[in-house]
Amino acid sequence: MESKFYEKDKLLIFKITDEIDDFSVQKIRRRADYEIERYMPKKVVFDFNCVTFMDSAGIGLIIGRYKFVKMLGGTVALANLTNSIKKIFEMSGILRLIPITDLKVS
Amino acid sequence: MKSEIENEMKLEFVSKSANEAFARITVAAFASQLDPTIEELADIKTAVSEAVTNCIIHGYDKKQGIVKIFARLTENEIILEISDKGKGIENVDIAKEPLYTTKPNLERSGMGFTIMESFMDRVDVESVVGLGTKVTMSKVIKNKMENEETDDEFEMITKE
Repeated sequence: MESKFYEKDKLLIFKITDEIDDFSVQKIRRRADYEIERYMPKKVVFDFNCVTFMDSAGIGLIIGRYKFVKMLGGTVALANLTNSIKKIFEMSGILRLIPITDLKVS
Repeated sequence: MKSEIENEMKLEFVSKSANEAFARITVAAFASQLDPTIEELADIKTAVSEAVTNCIIHGYDKKQGIVKIFARLTENEIILEISDKGKGIENVDIAKEPLYTTKPNLERSGMGFTIMESFMDRVDVESVVGLGTKVTMSKVIKNKMENEETDDEFEMITKE
């Protein structure tokens, strides 16, 4: 996972580069929480452009970060969802809470 | 093309999360003999990942055990049996409910069975408390009518 913080907008972008399953999610979660606490962002975006696989572990990951960021007064959005990833998020209902945003990144 | 394919394989591995990727990739490689679309293959991988995660997280609950996968291909269908000899499920109907989880504190979404059911054509769960759980699921691979899907090339613009 790569991350980038934009000071001016207090925007923290996580570009996830691993497959997301029960195994990989532990590492992603630790890293994300560490950076969220460090930067206290107003907005956090998870970029799925490089995610080639995700199962339901991804739902827990995003809900968990959503709660954490919200508690610190920020918001969360998702970007560049592939069809199969979108299908999984839709099934869980979390897209009613967490918007999809446009993000053009390298 | 309507060639008769009948094939079987068995896979056994230790119940470690690190093996989830190995399991779904192996099953996907086996399933590719049916010439599925990219989306069908993604569905199978996701369903396998959910079932295997259940064996590891719930069946064996961090204790070490063996997860078994038995896969069978018929002419146009893949049938998978994914089983553990773990603690079993007391009430399968409740376990299958969307959002039901016995481990909410670990950020489990409770969507595993729901995802298996919507990504596969059929999902059966047999479980005996103290003896283990077997999930049997199948998916028909539709005759591929046309075009290979080509990878979309996204325009990527760097944001400063």
